[in-house]
Amino acid sequence: MDFLDSFLVRATLAGLGVALAAAPLGCFVVWRRMAYFGEATAHASILGIALALAFSTSIFGGVLVVALLMGWIVSTLSGRGYAMDTLLGVMAHSALAVGLVAVSFLQGVRIDLMAYLFGDILAVSRLDLAVIWGGAALVMLMLWWRWSALLTATLSPDLAFAAGIEPRREQMVLTIALALVVAVAIKVVGVLLIAALLIIPAAAARPFAQTPERMALLAAAIGGFSALAGLRAAYIFDTPTGPTIVCVAAACFVLGSLFTLLRSPSSG
Amino acid sequence: MSLISAKDMGVSHGKNHVLKNVTLEIKAGEIVTIVGPNGSGKSTLLRALIGAAKLSKGTLTRKENLRIGYVPQKLHIDQTLPISVSRFLSLPNKVSNETSKAALAQAGVGNLAQRQMSDLSGGQFQRVLLARALLGNPELLILDEATQGLDQPGSALFYRQIESLRETLGCAVLMVSHELHVVMAASDRVICLNGHVCCEGAPEVVASAPEYRALFGSGTQGALALYRHDHDHHHDHRHDHHGHSHDHDQTEDA
Repeated sequence: MDFLDSFLVRATLAGLGVALAAAPLGCFVVWRRMAYFGEATAHASILGIALALAFSTSIFGGVLVVALLMGWIVSTLSGRGYAMDTLLGVMAHSALAVGLVAVSFLQGVRIDLMAYLFGDILAVSRLDLAVIWGGAALVMLMLWWRWSALLTATLSPDLAFAAGIEPRREQMVLTIALALVVAVAIKVVGVLLIAALLIIPAAAARPFAQTPERMALLAAAIGGFSALAGLRAAYIFDTPTGPTIVCVAAACFVLGSLFTLLRSPSSG
Repeated sequence: MSLISAKDMGVSHGKNHVLKNVTLEIKAGEIVTIVGPNGSGKSTLLRALIGAAKLSKGTLTRKENLRIGYVPQKLHIDQTLPISVSRFLSLPNKVSNETSKAALAQAGVGNLAQRQMSDLSGGQFQRVLLARALLGNPELLILDEATQGLDQPGSALFYRQIESLRETLGCAVLMVSHELHVVMAASDRVICLNGHVCCEGAPEVVASAPEYRALFGSGTQGALALYRHDHDHHHDHRHDHHGHSHDHDQTEDA
């Protein structure tokens, strides 16, 4: 396919795929106040990268396993004497530090750490693209399938119980989706900025949404726009791509907030 | 016919036994109120009945396919989550416009369908929760301090609504409340809870029961006399109400 030969086309498709999956998931991250959880999972993925390089397996697999493990440990430990944010702080930074140390032990492998920390969207291969869209499609499917149950469990675990929904299972669905997004987004925006793709489009969409569904769709639109415009801007101004995408999303958030302020000056 | 019955039920949070030896039964169409001091396990009891708290002991039997409507104690909807009243009613199962309108009207808030949940006042919010509980045409309506945050006239109105709902829908009602005098007037039966069932029976019987007075003070009817709670209140007296005899193990409690 000639079409996919261009690295710019591949980068565009990769950015779109990640943004479209991350933004609706990001709505749940925002609603459930899990922002730090997303951050922690992303930081932990450095450890996954180190492990993947050490055992010469795919980065995607390594990151996925570590991210899932992270989610599982945090869910199990939470509510056992530590506040969630303390627990996440310990886990996130420990995993990041252990990962960085582990990377330094790898001999004979020259790795560009910057590429993992900030992403390298222009180097996306066809295989990467397939993995990204596969993962993104899976996340979107999971959200579509569990939407009502996820939303009910987010509103109130007790209401969910009364309706025959098991909140812990829905939490698990979100953890798995989060791990998937982190694993596919590393190539695009890198470990340090994944959480931005989750949270910023959702936050930017909030002032314009009256229903949860509209907020998710709007977040996806803002995320997709940020990916496209960010890529274009990075090309024009010769800036790093991942951070530029996040900058565009942040600009959307600022514009949205200004709009709300102007619309209702009294409530500001 | 009993809708739900607990036998010798116990619930623990870790090593802390929140409930022990709770035996109770809710029959079709009756209004039962649970009263008890803070930390007496009232909410835990309700959560156990809806299946949200695991039993550590005993059994819980529900009528097959029992339809439960549950109004939680408080529900915090995050400001970041935009949701209208009608969308809220359609969770997790989609309900038709007519159904949700009817439920809102039954709860006394027929005009709020298009409002955002975050814009509602405390009383409106509780009534929307009530409407949501009514959607499934429940046989048992469970309310956990549903009038928290309402002023006295507001909560009196709310309970009158519950009473009239029982008339129209024929559902049983199980509720927890702090507002003893309001609630007790509307109840068929009162259960006084303090980790275990202290006493139960008709409102006027319970109100004059020594265990109840030990928990809530002997203030006359109407006064909310939540005096110092004395754990060593005496069970060693004799009286009979509704055939329920007291045979607590006194030492277990001390």
